[in-house]
Amino acid sequence: MSEIVLKTENLGISFGGLKAVQELNLNIKKGQLYGLVGPNGAGKTTVFNMITGVYKPTTGKFWLDDENLTGKGQETINHKGIARTFQNIRLFNNMSVIRNVMVGLHNQSEFKCGVMASIFRLPIHFKTEKAMRARAKEILRVVGLEEERNNLSCNLPYGKQRKLEIARALATSPKLLCLDEPAAGMNPHETAELMEIIRRIRDEFQVTILLIEHDMKFVSGLCDEITVLNFGTELAQGKPEVALNDPEVIKAYIGG
Amino acid sequence: MAGIYQKLKPYLNYVVIGVLTLVFAVLSLTGGLRSSDIYMLEKIAISIMLAVSLSMVVGFLGELSLGHAGFMCVGAYLGGKCSCILEPTLGEIPALIVSLLVGGAVAALFGVIIGLPALRLRGDYLAIVTLAFGEIVRSVFMNSSDESFGGSLGLETPRFDKYTLFIIALVLVLACLAVTQNLIRSKHGRAITSIRDNEIAARATGINVTKYKLIVFTVSSFFAGIAGVLYSYSNYTVQSTKFSYNYSIEILVMVVLGGMGSINGSIIAATLITFLDMKLQTILTGNLAVLQDLFYALILILIVIYNNASAFKDFREKYNLKALWAKFKKHDPAHIKDDEAKWDRVPSKIKVDEVLSVDLQTTSPYTPDKGKKGDK
Repeated sequence: MSEIVLKTENLGISFGGLKAVQELNLNIKKGQLYGLVGPNGAGKTTVFNMITGVYKPTTGKFWLDDENLTGKGQETINHKGIARTFQNIRLFNNMSVIRNVMVGLHNQSEFKCGVMASIFRLPIHFKTEKAMRARAKEILRVVGLEEERNNLSCNLPYGKQRKLEIARALATSPKLLCLDEPAAGMNPHETAELMEIIRRIRDEFQVTILLIEHDMKFVSGLCDEITVLNFGTELAQGKPEVALNDPEVIKAYIGG
Repeated sequence: MAGIYQKLKPYLNYVVIGVLTLVFAVLSLTGGLRSSDIYMLEKIAISIMLAVSLSMVVGFLGELSLGHAGFMCVGAYLGGKCSCILEPTLGEIPALIVSLLVGGAVAALFGVIIGLPALRLRGDYLAIVTLAFGEIVRSVFMNSSDESFGGSLGLETPRFDKYTLFIIALVLVLACLAVTQNLIRSKHGRAITSIRDNEIAARATGINVTKYKLIVFTVSSFFAGIAGVLYSYSNYTVQSTKFSYNYSIEILVMVVLGGMGSINGSIIAATLITFLDMKLQTILTGNLAVLQDLFYALILILIVIYNNASAFKDFREKYNLKALWAKFKKHDPAHIKDDEAKWDRVPSKIKVDEVLSVDLQTTSPYTPDKGKKGDK
């Protein structure tokens, strides 16, 4: 048995009377590509928001590498090793591409440099800046944005902005990378490229990936295991071919 | 030549201010400056310091603070009081240094105190809190007893040799500029601007938003405090009416006119506005004095319209300083066009990347830190 990176137990949240997500049990193994699918409004992004600390779960708990992170703040959870991207892209628009990634590198232990050291321009400041820039370039190479590194991030085309968001999340060297609809708004060619990139990220950075996606071809081509959500409850779980052919799932998507 | 210029560009403001300081220092020591000019230089130095420190909060952190005059007020009163007490025993120079430090430190303390609750507030609400802070500070000093802070009459502060005070002020401007720019052009500066650009994403990227907001508030109010101490030295009396919220707005106008997120812009705007203000005060006297505010407002409105109205766009592009400079340098026109396109969209004009750019030829293969992730 490979070890479990993220484990959730009866995770749920309600907004007033609305139970957005209830009794979600996930067991994501190390190195897995895990998919979270479901019709619109099924609560997929809410799950992301819970495990990244945006919302505090009302019921249940979750663990990252056996460490209970339930109810922790966003920054803490990020430091512990969960990084995410957003469904509606949230980049630092007025910064260049490489600086976006360098913000992600900010908390890495090898790039430590105090505020005073920066203000007084001690040698460590220059050393860290140089090292951060080199590492950021390396990460950009993996997602294929090395050429654009000095452009402003808001001037990038949509697909590249998505890749940049992934690069920024990756820069925080997470154990679990959560991608919220990474292929949204991409054309088939870009989607195929993205699949390749995601696989490469998993292998090169040894990171576990949890992703939300609507493109079923993308999901079944990429994911090792998926969970299907509908109205906040779990419909099916397992290998994509199996779970997506579950009669309950087909009913949820097509109706009838 | 062009290469040297590119390298020097980020430090151009130090060079310009440094050279000007030297020139004015020589002029004043040889008696070439009138005392009204010296007074204006002091005022300009104070304005620059205030504008640069406020631009950190408004331009880089992206929070609206309307209480900058309040921090200045704290610095002015406490630094002034400190110099009153210390002057007879310590002598002029040590008293100045100690009171600068005291004024700055107490203002920084207030910065932390305001910063702490302000972290829970955003946008307009923070503006209201800082506005209230400024007014509270002002009225506390106004209602103080005559022995402590002079009450409504104002606090009398010791005189300092005015032929050297403005030099000290300009040197302090350089120090303020160095601290601000070094902070902004570092990984911490990136964290601060990331909070401005997208706070949610900054949090999700693991940036400690609380810490950085506090740092910015503290540093910014520290320099506002120092500017206050300089003000108390340059004015001989500190009166609380000076620090009304109008003054906070005036500092904000300098920052906004200079362009949010541009330190050089703040410096230029602070210089221009202070110069304009003082000139109008001396030119329009007697019955015409009522026109001071009108002219001041008119000029501000015209500058804003000229800079932002779309009707002037062609005109602006044709006759701006940048284009003239480019013509002078025989720059590649395509490159300039690109630049212009960027400038339209970006409030932040400092290209920190060019400043910090180190092009590494060697490609060290990225290895994920094994200690952290464990082995497969």
